[in-house]
Amino acid sequence: MFDDNLKRTILLEHYKNPHNYGLKDDERYHLVHNASESCIDDIKVQMLIEDDIIKDARFEGVGCTICFASTSIMTDLIIGKTKQEALDIINEYYKMIDEKEYDEDILEEANAFDTLSKQANRIKCGTIGIHALEDLIRNYEQ
Amino acid sequence: MFDLSKIKKDFPFYKNNEDLVYLDSAATSLKTESVIDAVNEYYTEYTANIHRGDYDNSFIASKLYDETRNVVSELIGNDNPKQIIFTSGATASINTVAYCYALNNLKKGDVILLTYLEHASNILPWFNVAKKTGAVIEYIPLNDDGTFNLDNYKKCLESGKVKIVTLPYVSNVLGYINPIKDICHLAHEYKALVHVDGAQGVPHLSVNVKELDCDFLSFSSHKMLGPSGVGVLYGKYELLDKMEPLFMGGGANARFNKEGEIILKETPEKYEAGTPNIEGILGFKKACEYLIEVGMGNIYKHDQELLQYAKDRLKTLDNITIYNPNSECSIIAFNVKGIFAQDVGSYLNSLNIAVRTGNHCAKILHNVIGVNETVRASFYLYNGKEDVDALYDALKDITLEKCIGAIL
Repeated sequence: MFDDNLKRTILLEHYKNPHNYGLKDDERYHLVHNASESCIDDIKVQMLIEDDIIKDARFEGVGCTICFASTSIMTDLIIGKTKQEALDIINEYYKMIDEKEYDEDILEEANAFDTLSKQANRIKCGTIGIHALEDLIRNYEQ
Repeated sequence: MFDLSKIKKDFPFYKNNEDLVYLDSAATSLKTESVIDAVNEYYTEYTANIHRGDYDNSFIASKLYDETRNVVSELIGNDNPKQIIFTSGATASINTVAYCYALNNLKKGDVILLTYLEHASNILPWFNVAKKTGAVIEYIPLNDDGTFNLDNYKKCLESGKVKIVTLPYVSNVLGYINPIKDICHLAHEYKALVHVDGAQGVPHLSVNVKELDCDFLSFSSHKMLGPSGVGVLYGKYELLDKMEPLFMGGGANARFNKEGEIILKETPEKYEAGTPNIEGILGFKKACEYLIEVGMGNIYKHDQELLQYAKDRLKTLDNITIYNPNSECSIIAFNVKGIFAQDVGSYLNSLNIAVRTGNHCAKILHNVIGVNETVRASFYLYNGKEDVDALYDALKDITLEKCIGAIL
């Protein structure tokens, strides 16, 4: 979908200036700390859902380019969506990582990861933040 | 003479990976042809359980198995092969000391002395012992660069509460060699025992347990040319003999009856319940023989030359931060400024250079070096200057853009 130059630009931009970065000191937000057992990425992800709409999703921590860029891009994609819409987007992302057929249009900038499946040792980097976001949505109680 | 081109030929791995620059021997080492052949011969020529069969093959396998204790003893300067217990690896060896010795001998208020250099395997069992016995974990304050400070150590001992000191011979991240002989001498003055985690030290140093006078020494076969799944616990006989094994089972008992009365075999057999990793131990025998033949002194000398060469080259690069500029043992831990360690590792992988990135299981070391993640390049007897040059060339013009390019 994207050529390598565009992918590189997208990843670099989101790594250097991650979107929705920095946690809010606001007790309405729910938080998960996702420290993967065999990965050095260590991030906290935060979310605010009101009336079934994801009002905000944020993250903070230490991580590699793939971890930061994928989490940054995914927060962009799901903010403003309903819980179900967000889960659908995340599911399309997983399909892409699993090399299954997926809907490119729904993933927008996340298509930059369409060859991540070829880098077996980096798949975890590209899913750690996404898993955290999914956990937050699924376990969110008003 | 140490002839690198000849040594490389002894490692079939290089036949299948001609262009691979393997710089991760601190994680696991390559294997010699003799080791691989020994494992294969057990499978193809004399498969048999040991110490059980009344036939020739069982006799052959048993003999080789028993002889391995002698060869290991020769390698580490041990004069009593009964002090060699085979385990599944250094982790199992350390756990044996923790659960068979410390758990039964430590009590509330006793101190277990550690350092921040510890690999998870030499800290988590001790946390558990502390929790179960009420003993307290204390850390010996290191020098700012992570090296050992004997004065600080002595102050820790002066409380009189230290019952066991457990620390690495060589730090698996920083490559510093701890002064084990002095450490043991001082500990014994204060009636404390010393367990040495030799996983990184034994593969690289001329070890003499009698001179060191350590009470326990743990190490793994797979980091010293042998198969995985094999380790050694060396312990002073009087200690091992008093301790109770953690596992009970076949091969470790002499007799038992229905009332539950058990007579265990002698040390070391009482610690080796169940059929052991026979082929692994026979392979390990060849690994030890190979190391003895090349000579640990020669290996150390080669390691030192290569380490110095690597330090000299890498420190000329402005974009690299080295965390152990005074490394003493075949390990360099570094980061590239502005690039996350794992991105560096992936980029090096794209250039066929294998390194380790992360915290290397030493999750409290950040208290010393100030960072959680590093790139670790580690060397062994089969590495040469060309491997360092490949690393140098890759790091010389590494950029974040290139690292990202490597994953597209």
